[in-house]
Amino acid sequence: MKQTAEIEQVARTDEIPIVLTEEARKFTQEVIKRSGERVDWCYQCGKCTAGCPVAFAMDIEPSRVMRLVQLGQGERVLKSRAIWLCVNCQTCTTRCPQEIDPAKVMDTLREMAMEKGYAADREVVTFFNSFLDNIRRFGRTFEPMLVFQYNLKSGHFFQDADKGLLLLSKGKLPLRPSGNSESIRRIFEALEGRKR
Amino acid sequence: MTTYAYFPGCSAHGTAKEYDQSTRSVCLRLGIELNEIPEWVCCGASPAHAVNPLLSLALVAKSLDLSPSDQIVTGCAACFNRFKTALYTLQHDKPLWEQVKQIVQPTRLNGREFRVVHLLEAICDDFGLDNLKERVTKPLKGLKVACYYGCLLVRPPKVMVFDDPDNPTKMDELMKAVGAEPVEWEFKTECCGAFHAIPHPEIVLTLTSKILQAAKDAGADVISVACPMCQINLDLRQLDLKKQGKSFDIPVLYFTQILGLALGIAENELGLDRLIVDPRPRLREKLDGRGG
Repeated sequence: MKQTAEIEQVARTDEIPIVLTEEARKFTQEVIKRSGERVDWCYQCGKCTAGCPVAFAMDIEPSRVMRLVQLGQGERVLKSRAIWLCVNCQTCTTRCPQEIDPAKVMDTLREMAMEKGYAADREVVTFFNSFLDNIRRFGRTFEPMLVFQYNLKSGHFFQDADKGLLLLSKGKLPLRPSGNSESIRRIFEALEGRKR
Repeated sequence: MTTYAYFPGCSAHGTAKEYDQSTRSVCLRLGIELNEIPEWVCCGASPAHAVNPLLSLALVAKSLDLSPSDQIVTGCAACFNRFKTALYTLQHDKPLWEQVKQIVQPTRLNGREFRVVHLLEAICDDFGLDNLKERVTKPLKGLKVACYYGCLLVRPPKVMVFDDPDNPTKMDELMKAVGAEPVEWEFKTECCGAFHAIPHPEIVLTLTSKILQAAKDAGADVISVACPMCQINLDLRQLDLKKQGKSFDIPVLYFTQILGLALGIAENELGLDRLIVDPRPRLREKLDGRGG
């Protein structure tokens, strides 16, 4: 057991008594910089996890994701399924007593995971890619093509196939896209130009 | 007559056709003019900002640039959320907005002060509930409604500035104004699982079954929604839940459809026949012999 005086000495220092490697520190700083969110303010109250509707399905709960970011555990976080299961309901963001926006941090983590080519949840990544491809091609989401493309690429060929005819009979399946890609070509080109 | 630029959102041309249809009918009846933004583009929804926030902002900026009016209305909670987020960025993060403009190269954006409202605000706040009451020809007496707001209308509150994020009442007040009875329940702003309907339908089934059960337990005859994503998750997924032995059989209508009925608009004009759980038998049972 430590002497009281020694404990007080530790408590007075401003330094966190956890030593991060240079790589770990860089990861924490990059997340803070890119998200604009003070992840270092998180004190693990757990409200984000308590209110998260999809925490039950996550491998790492939101409050633990925040802690791992503080500790610079980049690989564990970016390779987690949790960041893809976050559904952006904004409950955590609404409730965080430290006014951190964990949903925005999740956006940043997904962007970073994408850049590294990590796709721990193949279904969600395939869905996002299909969705963005739809926008690029049609300027708008063309729902039948989106579902078709997702089913094809994810290998879930017949998912919701039973609902297609029903939706068609209800007049809810358009046969051709209503938008066009011309108007947003410049946006995608400009974004790709920035990456290069 | 109030005029808005109208942003229908992508699902208005597909799975939420009846939302667009009933929105146009109701607005026509109330004298609210909707001018669809020509060549509007997708707001990017969750997938865009989830992996590329800059793309998400650029897509909204493009539609703002195309908008014929500075006052914009949309019925989709997700589109509304993306528009409000873009406007928040414009107001609070100038350097980021400059980057967005570099990408979009807008021609008519500078100097404009945009106001983006959800259709609920256009009707409840701008048109006004007192005015609305005078237009009701068929009050919906006896109809118990669970008003479901979902996530994106109300959260995050500092961006949306819509209503109380935990217990919103705007739609409830609207239901009262047309003679219906909103029920008290605790799932008004619980998440339906949103886009997981495609990559992880099992998550959506878990979440929607809780919401549907809560609405039934509260004694609701129907659920009223203000978002195409919420609607399809709560309505269409009842088919899958039935296969799991959970039969809810509770109709999920857009608030515009319920409002339209009270204004005396014909059922087919409101697209009631397009809903998966057919609301007509329940409505007939509850509203038979109503006054007006």
